[in-house]
Amino acid sequence: MQDAVARHVRDGDVVVIEGFTHLISFAAGHEIIRQRRRDLTLCRLTPDLIYDQMIAAGCAKKLVFSWAGNPGVGSLHAFRRAVEGQTLEIEEYSHFGMVARFSAGAARLPFWTLRDYAGTDLPRVNPRIKAVTCPYTGEELATVPALNPDVTIVHAQRADAQGNTQIWGLLGVQKEAAFASQRVIVVVEELVDERVIRSDPNRTLIPATIVSAVVVEPWGAHPSYAQGYYDRDNEFYIGWDTISRESAGLSHYLDEFVYGVRDRAEYMQKQPRLAERLKAGEQRCAGVNYGF
Amino acid sequence: MMAVVAARELADGEVVFVGIGLPNLACNLARRTHAPNLVLIYESGAVGATPSRLPVSIGDPALVTGSLMVCGMADVFQLFLQNGRIEVGFLGGAQVDRHGNINTTVIGPYARPKVRLPGSGGAAEIAIHAQRILIVSKLSPRSFPERVDFLTSPGQRVAKVITDKGVLERDTASGDLVLAGLYPGVEATDVRAGVGWKLESRAKLNRLEPPTTTELQLLREVLDPQRLYLKS
Repeated sequence: MQDAVARHVRDGDVVVIEGFTHLISFAAGHEIIRQRRRDLTLCRLTPDLIYDQMIAAGCAKKLVFSWAGNPGVGSLHAFRRAVEGQTLEIEEYSHFGMVARFSAGAARLPFWTLRDYAGTDLPRVNPRIKAVTCPYTGEELATVPALNPDVTIVHAQRADAQGNTQIWGLLGVQKEAAFASQRVIVVVEELVDERVIRSDPNRTLIPATIVSAVVVEPWGAHPSYAQGYYDRDNEFYIGWDTISRESAGLSHYLDEFVYGVRDRAEYMQKQPRLAERLKAGEQRCAGVNYGF
Repeated sequence: MMAVVAARELADGEVVFVGIGLPNLACNLARRTHAPNLVLIYESGAVGATPSRLPVSIGDPALVTGSLMVCGMADVFQLFLQNGRIEVGFLGGAQVDRHGNINTTVIGPYARPKVRLPGSGGAAEIAIHAQRILIVSKLSPRSFPERVDFLTSPGQRVAKVITDKGVLERDTASGDLVLAGLYPGVEATDVRAGVGWKLESRAKLNRLEPPTTTELQLLREVLDPQRLYLKS
C-alpha cells in the first residue's frame, strides 16, 4: 500500500475512492493521510467517514459529491465544520449527476445527458450543471461534465496478480470510476490465481488492462464491509458521531488509528475482537455451467 | 403510526424505491401484510430485496443476500428510475413547503449556510421520475415552512405527506398541500400548529384507523425490535 500510494497519488491530484457503503478502501485513505498528501480534489458520491477523516487531516482542497452524511446516523462533522467555516471548496451534484459524470468519463465523452434537475436549485449553485437541446426531439436535457480522475482506488473481494478484479454484492459506480481514471489502484481481500478468475469471468468488474497497481490488504475496507468477508461495523459508524463532533476528538482518533499504525495489519492488531465480531456467515450461491 | 399509515399506502405488486428509516419499515411491513408482491428497490442497487434484518444503511449487506437482482448504480438511475419503472418513491427532508418541495441541502444561504445538510443523494431524481412520491416527516413549523430555503427535490409528484399527526395531500387545483386525514385523538388545529402556512382542509376529513395488533406486533417484535426507528 505504501508503494502504491507513494507512486500513484500525488499532491494536487483528483482522487476517487469509490464504493457505495460497500467496499470503501479505508486502508488507502489512511495511507494517503499518513503520507500527508495535500491539495487533493476528493470525489465520491457519498464522502462517508473516510473523506471526513481526510478532510480533517488536511488532505483536501476541494470536495465533489452528492450526499455528505454519516449513513444511517446523521452528519459528517469535519465536513460540516469545513463547509460552515468556508475552508473547503465544494462542487455538488445529485447521485445520478455523479454517476453520469463517471459514465461520461469512462466513455471518454465530454459530457453526459440526463433528465434531471428541472425545478431544483442545484444548477443555480453549481454552474457546471448545464442543459442541451436534443437535436432529434427538441427536448431540453440536463448535462454534467465528464469526470476523469487522476487516480481511482477500488477495494474488491479478489483479484489475480495482474489486477483482474472480481466484485460481488453492491457494485456502486466502481466500474465507471475505474474506466474513467488515468490510474487505478485495486485493493483486495484475497489474491487468487488467474484460473479462479477465468472460472467465473462474468464476475470480473475491472480488467487488468486498466489497473496500475494491486494491493493485498485484508480488512482494508473496515469500517465499511466486504460481502462474504465481513459485515459493516455499524457500531463504529454510530461511534464516529461522538468521535468527530469536536476536532480534538477526531485528531485523537487519527493519532491513534491512522498516524499511530504502520499499516492495516497493525490497525487490526490494535482491535483484536473486531474480526470475530464482524466475520461474515456462509451463504453460498449455486454455480453455473460455463461449458459449450 | 407513521410507518403503518405509509405501509397502507402501498398496493400489492407495486415497484417501490425505498429509503432508510421509517420508509424501510413501512415497505417491509406492507410486504408482510397486504402486499406480499411488493418489489423493493434500493438506490444502492438491490432489486427485490428481502432484508432479514433491519438495514441500518441504504447499502446494508442484508439487502443483497436473497435479493432478485443486484445492479450498478448507473443501471439503477438510468434503467429503473429514468426509464419510468418506479411507481412509488419515498422521500423525507429537513424542510417541506406548501407545494411539497423538499430541502435536504442547507438551512440559510447556500454560500454561508447556517446548517449544512447532506444534500440530494438520489432525492432530486426520485422526485422527478417516480410516478408517485410519499413524504414521511414529523410536523413542526420549522420543518414545514411556507418556502424551503433551498429546493433540492421538486414537489410536483408528491401525492401525500405522512406526518406524526395526520396526512396531507396535494390539492390538484391549487397545487398546495391540504389536510386530508387525522390520526385517532388528533384535531385539525393540532396539525395546523405544526405547519408554517395557512393550511387548508379537505371538505371531509378522513379518520385514520389505529394500527392493528398484527401491524404493531410485526413492527415491534419482528421489524424493529431494538426500536431504532420506532421511537416516535
